[in-house]
Amino acid sequence: MAFLRLENLEIFYGSVQALKGISLTVNEGEVVALLGANGAGKTTTLRAISGLVGIERGEIHFDGELLNSVPAHEIVGRGIAHAPEGRKIFSTLTVEENLNLGGYSRGKDKEGLARTKKYVFELFPRLSERKHQLAGTLSGGEQQMLAISRALMAKPRMLLLDEPSLGLAPLLVQNIFATIKEINEEGMTILLVEQNAKVALKTAHRGYVLETGKIVLEGTAQDLIADERVRKAYLGEK
Amino acid sequence: MEMFFGQIINGITIGSIYALVALGYTMVYGVLRMINFAHGELFTLGAYMAFTMIVSMNLAAYIPNAVVALIVMAVMVAGLVAIVGVLLERIAYKPLRQSGRLAPVISALGASIFLQNAIMLIWGANYKVFPEGVVPSITWEIGGVSITLMRVLILSTSLTLMIALYVLIQRTQVGTAIRACALDHDTARLMGIDVDKIIRLVFIIGPALGGIAGMMVGLYYRQIGFTMGWHYGIKAFTAAILGGIGNIPGAMVGGLILGVAESLGAGYISNAWKDAIAFLILILILILRPTGLLGERVAEKV
Repeated sequence: MAFLRLENLEIFYGSVQALKGISLTVNEGEVVALLGANGAGKTTTLRAISGLVGIERGEIHFDGELLNSVPAHEIVGRGIAHAPEGRKIFSTLTVEENLNLGGYSRGKDKEGLARTKKYVFELFPRLSERKHQLAGTLSGGEQQMLAISRALMAKPRMLLLDEPSLGLAPLLVQNIFATIKEINEEGMTILLVEQNAKVALKTAHRGYVLETGKIVLEGTAQDLIADERVRKAYLGEK
Repeated sequence: MEMFFGQIINGITIGSIYALVALGYTMVYGVLRMINFAHGELFTLGAYMAFTMIVSMNLAAYIPNAVVALIVMAVMVAGLVAIVGVLLERIAYKPLRQSGRLAPVISALGASIFLQNAIMLIWGANYKVFPEGVVPSITWEIGGVSITLMRVLILSTSLTLMIALYVLIQRTQVGTAIRACALDHDTARLMGIDVDKIIRLVFIIGPALGGIAGMMVGLYYRQIGFTMGWHYGIKAFTAAILGGIGNIPGAMVGGLILGVAESLGAGYISNAWKDAIAFLILILILILRPTGLLGERVAEKV
């Protein structure tokens, strides 16, 4: 059975329909990529899962539970952590305070939090060096590391990653995706939103292609990479 | 020189009261980006509740030690004003949370008028006068400057409350959550922070501090009126702007600077210029440094 399942999800911003009936599944242990151009509805899909936008029609199920009416601040406690678009780190807080907030939903589990913090510092040693620095002073790549680490601090069962490659130099993108792969190999289920289809499909097992609020294509990563439409539209081939 | 130090102490005393009230403005602005114009009335409410406890109910008679009695009453005043603060948020602001920025401001002005009139209807339109000796009139002479117990109490209370608040905001998880909410509600929610709960907490802390400040002003000047909140409110608002609205240490610093500036102006120029100096500071800050002395400077990278 699917770990995360969206069924005919419809979302409106005022009178504009952002999602026009999206159905997708993510199985436990998978990396699934959600591809598409700007405004296709990728970010909206993640925000809907996290409870940040209201659902007009359709259902979101996670691990057998209906998430539709769960308030946003309880989603992370259910096991889904979200590293949002544009990183959205708390810039005037220190790196460590950002991480502590990432573990907010775990309450007073001090030992567990310390273990997870040690784990993310091993994943991203740069953050450990800079833990007392204000997060706003980090470079773009470090901020992305922080956004992912902050999500991991919740000790989630599933990660939502929104455009981890945004605004980063190619080498840095490769590093970040290597780490995403590493996190997945340790058992984490990941739903990944990306405009950079090439790098996303290298990491993902399966993918969906969104166009103006609808899924137009789905398949395994190999199939999508081989698909002519994907190659033309998203991999920049003629 | 003695006059100078005398005025400085005057200024710090009144400044610490401005600071306490300013914290309420700045914390609400921090998490909601709105000015709670009804905050001055919560300050007034604190003064009147203290008046009722001290004069009408004569609570001090039940507690032998005057200072202990004052502390007990301050806690009660803080609690009661905090309840009104939470109700205010629930009734006048929360329903308008999604309605843009203008609607809550108008609602705040309405709430301010409502509370001011409610205070007038409950306690009457005449000035109320606190009896003498509620705070024992003990005076110390230090280097030619006389310091009263009243001032010591105001300063120590304000300072204690400000340090406690600073520690809460900077050193605890809930304080970090408040700071996170001030930066970004949605991302705070992703962390599992119940933003509504944090906003409620801010409407407990701010009004509680404002209520205690009102009580201290009542005891210090011994005369209160139902419009006093407007006057102190706008001074405290100036202090919050001066320090950088939304910035908690800024409100503390802004209050003290404003109090001292006003007091020195009153001493060396003329008492009539006191308010003019305060508002001159407000205008200068708005023109020269709208973000205030400690306003945010860290730019967000995208």
